Amino acid sequence: MSVRTQFASSAAVILALPARLIEPFMSGVQKLVGIKRMPWVFLAPNLTAVVLFALLPVFINIFYSVSGSDRLYPWDRPLVGGANYQTLFDCGNYFDPSTCSRDLFWRALGNTMVFVPIQVVCMIVVALLTALCLNRDIRGRGFFRGIFFFPVMLSPVVVALTWQWILQRNGALNGLISYVGLTPVNWLVFPNTAFFWSVFITVWAHMGFYTIILLAGLQAIPRDVYEAARMDSATPTRVFFKITLPLLKPVLLVVFILAVIRSVQTFDELYVLTGGGPGSATMLMVQYIYEVGFASQPRNFGLAAAASLLLGLALLIFTGIQMRISRGGNND
Amino acid sequence: MTDTGLVRSGASVTDFVLRRRGRKKRDWTDWLTYLYLLIGMVIMFTPVLWVVVSSFKTPANLTEFPPTLLPYAAETIMVDGYDNPLPLFDVVTQSGETVRLAQLRRVGIQAQMVDPANPTERITVPVANATPVRQVYLAFENYTNLLEGSGGQIWRHVFNSLFITVVATIITLVMNSMAAFALSKYRFRGSNVALVSILATLMIPATVVLVPTYMIVAQLGLVGNLWGVILPTVATPTGVFLLRQYMLTIPDELIEAARMDHASEWRIFWRIILPLSSPALAVVAIFSILSRWNDFLLPLVVLTRRESYTLQLALASFQTEYGIRYEILLAMTTLTALPLAFAFIFLQRYITSGIASTGIK
Repeated sequence: MSVRTQFASSAAVILALPARLIEPFMSGVQKLVGIKRMPWVFLAPNLTAVVLFALLPVFINIFYSVSGSDRLYPWDRPLVGGANYQTLFDCGNYFDPSTCSRDLFWRALGNTMVFVPIQVVCMIVVALLTALCLNRDIRGRGFFRGIFFFPVMLSPVVVALTWQWILQRNGALNGLISYVGLTPVNWLVFPNTAFFWSVFITVWAHMGFYTIILLAGLQAIPRDVYEAARMDSATPTRVFFKITLPLLKPVLLVVFILAVIRSVQTFDELYVLTGGGPGSATMLMVQYIYEVGFASQPRNFGLAAAASLLLGLALLIFTGIQMRISRGGNND
Repeated sequence: MTDTGLVRSGASVTDFVLRRRGRKKRDWTDWLTYLYLLIGMVIMFTPVLWVVVSSFKTPANLTEFPPTLLPYAAETIMVDGYDNPLPLFDVVTQSGETVRLAQLRRVGIQAQMVDPANPTERITVPVANATPVRQVYLAFENYTNLLEGSGGQIWRHVFNSLFITVVATIITLVMNSMAAFALSKYRFRGSNVALVSILATLMIPATVVLVPTYMIVAQLGLVGNLWGVILPTVATPTGVFLLRQYMLTIPDELIEAARMDHASEWRIFWRIILPLSSPALAVVAIFSILSRWNDFLLPLVVLTRRESYTLQLALASFQTEYGIRYEILLAMTTLTALPLAFAFIFLQRYITSGIASTGIK
């Protein structure tokens, strides 16, 4: 029995029982509303969930950001206008977080601004290199693809604990280093090394995802283009820059947007790995939102909502600009 | 090309690397490719392997630096007149020969030992002259301690994680396929509005609406309840999108024929469309299972009571619970990672095709 049939049959067993009850109910509904309105009946559950947990929260978020106090329910919260935003932007000097009333916000913002470009560039370079290697005529392609993709399956917590175990004072990495004859380093205690490992680990964990997308893009490039290039005896580098890269551009763009959106929202791995430390060296925007809205007392939902709105706005603007640029690029 | 995900054990590594591409000569780019892939394999795979190996070490073995490659444990021996097994040491005596003794206790830099063959006579040995006798030993007790320790608390977390994963996935599949069916097989006013509003949620990251989501969950009275984690995650726009794309390829004649036979719309959906969409359903299911099992931020905010923690939360907060008992933590990490690793081996092709298709379209 293949995996697929097993999967299908077990799903069938789980879903069969309620299905027996739903069918007469739904045909009753159909008699009631008529066939014209049936699509809305099919859409109802999903739309309810979408409105309740995606669209409505956006508007509630706006309200939170212009209201104050530590009360959770909107009707208990007094309107304070732009006070939350004023608090966030209340700075003596915007380039020196310590002069701000909410210095953590600015530190998190600064970290995110440094983290995202570095991480996205590393991610795309590594994923593209890997995809190019996997796209060649090699033995064991499936095996290697599996190896590179494997960490994507691991949960962020497992990833963080795994690397914590390797990077700790008496860990495997320091063991290797002292074996070679160098002095061990407290990797997660110094801001710079902790930051480096944050980038490294998030790239390690997610590159497989982008590799798969890029590999699919590479395999969609028609072979005869390469054949023609070989006839003209073009060098591999030339083939890459003149054929592969231009034809891969749309896929690269998708990967780029996805990578940025996910990179900006990095939270889980770093929260478990360093807790945002040492100090606040690896604290990114989402962790700030979490800290200010949920982890610290009194809970400041207004600030958290204001910060998350700014984050959402930044992502929206970024995506819009990207789409505009790509559309312009396609018209050339 | 078949991906078994396994290297045939018959072929040696050199043979594997030295094979030629077709009938062409190997060039430098091939060497570079294999070098890159092998280095990549080491970087990607060893960390996980290291955690698995470490999870079989005894606490004493874990604190050693530099760490041992394999899990070792001190060899012990039962000596007449002593209740507990005593650790064995190889001791270099003053005359320069090596004898094997059992240690009774250590006092500063001196250790009291006995010869197992002659347990009445005590020998005092400087610690510097004694090295413990060790053998490779897999500490399965780490796993038994984890599964039986603190009243089987771990099973509670496993159940929570499983419950969330299974229930959320089933609801996701049913809800998304219903919506996809409506959006692919009916022409009605407002279908575009519905489609756009569902796809617009792609632009709303969950982290951005964390505060109001929490508020709504609290308003529904679901804080600290597993349903509070399930409900906000079930309406996945990517799932609707994938299923809709697939259902568009199913011919409408099937539906027309069923309507001729007076089948209700639900029956058409449940008996005809759903079974035909099983490949797309499988992809959506895999993604849902993966992300629900690995979810962290929403459970962290919503699940406030320890007994409602998922495996991920328990794992992340484990360190503060017992101080840090690394041997248990490593066993738990391994156990949390394993189910997905196994699932992955079987479902690799679905996952990769799913990612490739959603990423490109």
